[in-house]
Amino acid sequence: MLGIEKRDLSLLVIVAILAFCAPFILNPFPTGSAMAQFNAGYPDLMQRFVIFGILAIGFNILFGLTGYLSFGHAAFLGLGSYSAVWMFKLLGYNVLPGIVLSVVVAGLFALLIGYISLRRSGIYFSILTLAFAQMTFAIAYSDLFGKMLGFSLTNGETGLQVYTSDPQYFHSDSAPNIPHLFGQEMQSTFTWDVAGWSFDFNFGYYMCALIMLVMFYLSIRIFRSPFGLMLMAIKTNQTRLNYTGLNSRPYTLAAFVISGMYAGLAGGLLASMDPLAGAERMQWTASGEVVLMTILGGAGTLIGPILGAGFIKYFENIFSKINEKVLHSWFDFLPESLEYGVVWVLEHFVGSGWHLTLGLLFMLIVIFLPGGLVEGGQKLAALFHRKKTEDTPADGAKTPAE
Amino acid sequence: MGILEIKNVGKRFGGLQALNDVNLSVTENTVHAIIGPNGAGKSTLLNCLVGKLIPDTGSVTFQGQSLLGRKPHEINQMGVSRVFQTPEIFADLTVMENIMIPCFAHRDGSFKLNALSAVRGQGDIKDQAEKILEDVNMLEKRNMHAASMSRGDKRRLEMAMCLVQEPKLLLLDEPTAGMARADTNNTIDLLKEIKEKRDITMAIIEHDMHVVFSMAERITVLAQGTPLVEDTPDNIKGHPKVREAYLGEAQV
Ligand SMILES: Nc1ncnc2c1ncn2[C@@H]1O[C@H](COP(=O)(O)OP(=O)(O)O)[C@@H](O)[C@H]1O
Ligand SMILES: [Mg+2]
Repeated sequence: MLGIEKRDLSLLVIVAILAFCAPFILNPFPTGSAMAQFNAGYPDLMQRFVIFGILAIGFNILFGLTGYLSFGHAAFLGLGSYSAVWMFKLLGYNVLPGIVLSVVVAGLFALLIGYISLRRSGIYFSILTLAFAQMTFAIAYSDLFGKMLGFSLTNGETGLQVYTSDPQYFHSDSAPNIPHLFGQEMQSTFTWDVAGWSFDFNFGYYMCALIMLVMFYLSIRIFRSPFGLMLMAIKTNQTRLNYTGLNSRPYTLAAFVISGMYAGLAGGLLASMDPLAGAERMQWTASGEVVLMTILGGAGTLIGPILGAGFIKYFENIFSKINEKVLHSWFDFLPESLEYGVVWVLEHFVGSGWHLTLGLLFMLIVIFLPGGLVEGGQKLAALFHRKKTEDTPADGAKTPAE
Repeated sequence: MGILEIKNVGKRFGGLQALNDVNLSVTENTVHAIIGPNGAGKSTLLNCLVGKLIPDTGSVTFQGQSLLGRKPHEINQMGVSRVFQTPEIFADLTVMENIMIPCFAHRDGSFKLNALSAVRGQGDIKDQAEKILEDVNMLEKRNMHAASMSRGDKRRLEMAMCLVQEPKLLLLDEPTAGMARADTNNTIDLLKEIKEKRDITMAIIEHDMHVVFSMAERITVLAQGTPLVEDTPDNIKGHPKVREAYLGEAQV
C-alpha cells in the first residue's frame, strides 16, 4: 500500500498513531498532581516536537544516507522563517503562501551553498557549510542587505515581525489577525477536561503533524528508491561509485537541496506557529542541535531522527523547567546537610544547565549505543527474542580464504 | 592499432621512477596479461589508465581517444571497468544492492533523480542482477552484507559489478588473489565464457601463472617500471630473461 513495503508502512502507521494521540500520550499525569511538570502535551511544545522532527528527517536524508555532515542547516531553518514572516507582512496571515515560499527560498539557497560546499567532502565540507551558515547569520543579525537596500529585511537583532502598518494585501477584515489556514487559527485549541486530566487539541499542532507525516512518508520513499541507494553508495564507497561511471556530485547536491527544503519547511512552520523570525534561529548551536538529534536517534535509520528530535525537545523542556525549589521538594526526605549537597550538585544539571545533562546523555549514547536510540530499541527487542533467534546461524561467519 | 595504446608513459613518485617509458598496445578482443614482481609498477600503470593518476609523460588512448585528464566516471562511461587489487565494493550494502547500483547506472552516466520509484519494484534490474550473481556463483549470498564476505568473494562480487556493465575493456588487478583454488578455476571459466559470448578486451595483472597461461594471448613482463619483453605465452615461458627475472621465483 502507498507504494511502500509492509515493514515501512507499519512504521508510518505507528508514527501516525503516536502523532495523533500525542495530546494523550504526552499528558499522562493529572493536571493537579506533582508529576504534572513532566507533562509535555501542551500545544507549543507539541508543535516543536513535530517541526523539529521534520528538520531532523530532512537532515537525515543528507547525513544519514550520504554521510555528508552539514553543520549549517540552521541557516535554512532561519531562511524559512524569514520567508514565511515576509509573506505574512505582504500578503496576510494565511500560512499557506509563507510555507510554500519558505521551502522555495531554502531550496534555492541550498542549491547555491551545496554547489560550493560539495566540492569538498569530510571535515572540509562541514566547515564550509558552517562558514556559510555563520555568514548568513551575520548578514541577518546585522541586516546587511536591508541596510544596503534601504529598508529592513530581517530587522536585525529585534527580529522580523508583522506590524499593523504592513500592507497585507490579501488580508480581509473577516480573517483572523493571527496566523491561520483559511480562517482556522493556528492557536485555536480545544481543551478536554476529564477526571482531573486535561488534554489540548491544537489546530496548529495537527496541521504540523500532518505535514510531518507526509514528509516522513516522502523520506521513506526516498530511502527505498534507486536515488536513495545511490546516496548510500556514496556513503559507503564513493570511489567505487565513480569507477562505476557515476559522478556523485549531482546526487549529493540533490540530497543537500532536498534536506535544505525540509529545513526551510520546518522554519516556515515555526514562523506559522509564532509569527516571528530572529537571527538566533540560524546560529551554529541550532545547526549543532539537529546533528545531535539525528545521531542520538540513529543516523541513517528512518525513525531515528524523529525519536532524537522528540527526545531532545522533551528533555530540554522538562529539565529546563526544574529549578532549585523543585529539587528541594524532591529531596527533603534527606537530612538537611545532605539535601543541600545533593541539590547543589543537581541544580547544575537542570534549568539553564540542562545542556550539561544533554551533553552527558549524548556522550553515553554515542559510547554505548553508536547506532542511537534505534539501536537501543533493537537491542531490547533482541533481548526478548533471544530464544527464538539463538539457533539460526549468523550469516557472514565464513572465514576469509587466505 | 590496438584498442588501448600506451605510449612512452612515465610516472615518478618522489625519488622513485615507478613507470619508465612504458609502451604497450592491447589488441581488441584479446586477453593481455601483465606480469612482473611486486612493486614493478603494474597497479600504477592501471591507475594511469582509469583517471586515478595522471602520468608525467606519454599518452594513453582508448579507441583512438585520449584518456588523460578525464575523470574516473568519464573513463568508465567510455567502456573501461576495473577490478582493484584491494576490492572496492559497497561494503555497507548487501550483495544484491552492490550489483544493482551498476545496473541502475546509465551507460551515459546521466543523472536521474528517480527518488520516488521503489528499488524493489524494478523487476528487470533485479533479473539482470540475479543473472550475473548466478554467473559468479553468488546467488545464494545475495542478501549477505558485502563487508562480511571473504576476500575472494569480495573480489568475485567486484568482478560481477564490472561485468554487468558490459565493458569493452576490463582491467583486472590480481583478480584471483585470495581465492581458493576452486574459485580461481571458476573465475577463469567465467572470464573465458564471457570472452566467447561477446566482444571484450581484458588486461589482466596476475601472479598466478596457472591463470595467466590458461587465459592470456599476449603477455607483457614488467620489471622496475619498464616492459622487459612482450610476446605470446609460449615464447614467454621459454624466455631466458623472463625466467631469470620473474618466472624462476614464481614457479617454486
Ligand atoms: N601513490 C603512490 N605514492 C607513492 N608511491 C607509490 C604510489 N603508488 C605506488 N607507489 C610505488 O610505486 C611502486 C610500484 O607500485 P605498484 O604499481 O603498486 O606495483 P605492483 O602493482 O606492480 O606491485 C612501488 O614501489 C610503490 O611503493
Ligand atoms: Mg599491484
